[in-house]
Amino acid sequence: MIKVLKSGFFTTIQDQGRFGYGSFGVPVSGAMDTCASTFANHILGNSMDAAVIEMTMIGAQFQFLSATLIAITGGHMNPKINNKTVPMNEVILVNKNDVLSLGNSVEGFRTYVAVKGGIITKMVLGSRSMLKEVTPSHRINKSDHLPILEQEGIKRIKNAKVKFNSSYLNTNNIEVAKGPEFDRLSEKQKTLLLNESFKVSKYNNRMAYQLLPVVTNTLDAILTAPVLPGTVQLTPSGQLIVLMRDCQTTGGYPRVLQLTEKAINILSQKSTGNNINFTLVDY
Amino acid sequence: MGYKLRFSQYNASSVLVEWPPLIDENILNDVLSFKNKIEKINIKCLVEVVTAYNSLLIIYNFTIDDINNVFKDLKALYLEKSIGLSKGSKVIKIPVCYDADFGEDLMHFSKVKKISKSELIELHTAPLYTVFFLGFLPGFLYLGGLNRALHLNRKTTPNLNIKKGSVAIGGKQTGIYPQDSPGGWHIIGNSPIELFNPNDNPPSFINAGDQVKFYAISKPEYVEIQAEIQNSKFNIETLFVND
Repeated sequence: MIKVLKSGFFTTIQDQGRFGYGSFGVPVSGAMDTCASTFANHILGNSMDAAVIEMTMIGAQFQFLSATLIAITGGHMNPKINNKTVPMNEVILVNKNDVLSLGNSVEGFRTYVAVKGGIITKMVLGSRSMLKEVTPSHRINKSDHLPILEQEGIKRIKNAKVKFNSSYLNTNNIEVAKGPEFDRLSEKQKTLLLNESFKVSKYNNRMAYQLLPVVTNTLDAILTAPVLPGTVQLTPSGQLIVLMRDCQTTGGYPRVLQLTEKAINILSQKSTGNNINFTLVDY
Repeated sequence: MGYKLRFSQYNASSVLVEWPPLIDENILNDVLSFKNKIEKINIKCLVEVVTAYNSLLIIYNFTIDDINNVFKDLKALYLEKSIGLSKGSKVIKIPVCYDADFGEDLMHFSKVKKISKSELIELHTAPLYTVFFLGFLPGFLYLGGLNRALHLNRKTTPNLNIKKGSVAIGGKQTGIYPQDSPGGWHIIGNSPIELFNPNDNPPSFINAGDQVKFYAISKPEYVEIQAEIQNSKFNIETLFVND
């Protein structure tokens, strides 16, 4: 078990999300930055779908009630075990009763803690990703106990260090492809979208990131149609909305751009006021 | 049938197929028949199909290698005759309590539309509504068939918390909120039926292509049904219609 001493700003359990329930209106969910969460599982030798802890902006504090191996990836929150700084992107041995503390994010916005064997909460609709109205709780709270594999004789594995390229945390370049309604945009709008810089507004969360400034727009709403994480919608009032992992399955705003998987990961490490630029790519 | 479809790549692992942009039952049947064919020839854990009024999104659990090949195969599959798709439809009867305690906008609604409460209930319970798809919230049904006399633009300021089970009208649409949610529709009643249960698989017993019929219940009946649901004793009435 892992005991939650402090919950941080918004901490959840995430895996690769739900597949196969979109036609019931169930969002995909899953780790916002799959690059970081996958790497954490990778260095621990976990399966790709092992559930990890995702923290946003302000880290949490955990006490490990049994020894295990962990890895911390993604944004930098000055991780410490028993008040001693520990490295990111490496396998770390934690002993029984050790306390892992994470502070405010100093680089990036979301940090992941993976545990050997994964967090093993009950699966709901094929996933452990927390989501309101789907899982019993939609976030990790203080005093929660998170179940993990209890293993005897845990030893630090001496394996070759795997280098993690964290440069994506500092890029502003968001790769996009044309969305289904891209061609309805005026030439002026297209030029603006692909050449101007946009700022992440304060309305950013696991469902969507709104961008600033608004774009002059005359496009009407569309007949409600499917959307996916990474879809950029343009509302009639000119608001650009980038849908993220917990987004609805359908929407009625024109879908003008579609972020690549890598671009969703980059954006999920951005916070209010950060700049981004869209670059058009082909699949 | 043979509509002129538009095929496009949606992201690295999904394909969007679009029909003419209309809310139309013939299009719905064509969309669902194509969905059925795609699901039949693919393995469930590798392909997921999400549909809406005039579109179908195929999400593969892998990156698409050769998109032109995928388009070619899909186009050929669309032209194949559909086999074994039952022509009959399922009608699900949903109880709704139109009591003022539940329908907080009912009085205002009947005043604006100049119809009495009993007329409103009659107009709302008469049609067989078609489920076009589920979206917006888990278990939320997009229903077609609302009587023109009941069309009313959404509220200018949305409610921050519409209660689970609320039956509401927004624009040309009517629907049931499967959970508490903000929303801008006019609330005319409430249904005790659980539309979405994440612990069931599938989590919703209503699917695109089904039909829904509302029937009015009194407040005591509402309480009774709610208790029966809690004890798993309530059976939702479902009719199978062959047309």
